[in-house]
Amino acid sequence: MKICLVVDDSSVIRKVARRILEGLDFQIVEAEDGEQALGACQRQLPDAILLDWNMPKMDGYEFLKALRRLPGGDRPKVVFCTTENDVAHIARALHAGANEYIMKPFDKEIVEAKFQEVGLI
Amino acid sequence: MTPLDYDFLRKLLRARSGLVLSAEKHYLVESRLLPVARKAGLFNLTGLVAKLKGANAEPLIVEVVEEMTTNESFFFRDKVPFDHFRETIMPALMAARASSRRIRIWCAAAATGQEPYTLAICLKEMGKELKGWRVDIVATDLSTEVLEKAKSGVYSQFEVQRGLPVLMLIKYFSQIGEMWQVAPEVRAMVKYQPFNLLHDFSRLGPFDVVFCRNVLIYFDQETKIDVLERIARVTEPDGFLALGGAETVVGLTRKFKPVTDRRGLYAPNPSGASAAGSIVNLANAGPRSVVVAR
Repeated sequence: MKICLVVDDSSVIRKVARRILEGLDFQIVEAEDGEQALGACQRQLPDAILLDWNMPKMDGYEFLKALRRLPGGDRPKVVFCTTENDVAHIARALHAGANEYIMKPFDKEIVEAKFQEVGLI
Repeated sequence: MTPLDYDFLRKLLRARSGLVLSAEKHYLVESRLLPVARKAGLFNLTGLVAKLKGANAEPLIVEVVEEMTTNESFFFRDKVPFDHFRETIMPALMAARASSRRIRIWCAAAATGQEPYTLAICLKEMGKELKGWRVDIVATDLSTEVLEKAKSGVYSQFEVQRGLPVLMLIKYFSQIGEMWQVAPEVRAMVKYQPFNLLHDFSRLGPFDVVFCRNVLIYFDQETKIDVLERIARVTEPDGFLALGGAETVVGLTRKFKPVTDRRGLYAPNPSGASAAGSIVNLANAGPRSVVVAR
């Protein structure tokens, strides 16, 4: 079973994402911010990361840059999932190594389409 | 709505669009046509049917048909047909049309434009390979209303996130508030026109590629056969037909045959009515030798 790390400071979003991704046969690990997420990745790299942008302590963008510098950190597929819905943010995310980008609000169909796009399902 | 009203609507839709409604589709008719009735100042579907039977009903008939035949679409829908387009169709046609450098594509049920724009984006992605080529995309649909949306090329955030890779989004769309619009150079590649598949389409052709996906499923057997055989007449002998995942030519017509290992892709069958189930085999042929093989 593939592991997906869900990183979002909103417990509601984490809960919704968990429900969707468990339905797609992922095992879910949760983190509330970039710092927690980085710790989780240092312990075990997941197959996928669903990543919010704006979070306390370390935001999604800083986390992504740090992740890609970890040994093997290029392997997880990172899908941003954020309210930062403009071209400039999308371009920055892709430049930092994001594989896909979900603009909130999202639903199961969108998550499924994006995860399919990057070969996770 | 009385059984007679329903029967009238079924016959009307069958005659005007080919749409076949089974007896249990009452709910669908009611949910889609009640708003049309209300808009026309009528209380219910019995009133709507009475109006449709009256004089000067044509605009209302068009509205009813459009409402019942409007179907959703999304970018890169089902993905595989566009892999076929890039990996099989275009290489074969570019080898076969090396001297004329012209390719004509028909999206026969373009709906709100996602399919023709997906094809246009695929062509754009081919970049310099297509330098000096003229590729026309003709996109038709029964509904003028959906074609207006298609022409505008404006889609919601939800629509652009279903199937469209984000790289393609930022490359070929511009953001207008919360909406996204297809880039002018991509829009310019597609020519839209309203068209009913039940009508004679010989003047539209000939085409090298026909995408007619997820529309035959709404037709009865007789209409499917008729439409497929008429598509065969406007498809070049070395052209291609792409159908939806739940559609096939098998058992309907021998004017087309399945292309081996390319699900949903069909090629004109030169032996037409006499050849039984022959298959175009691309399995051992490089894409550029396909035309020779056929």
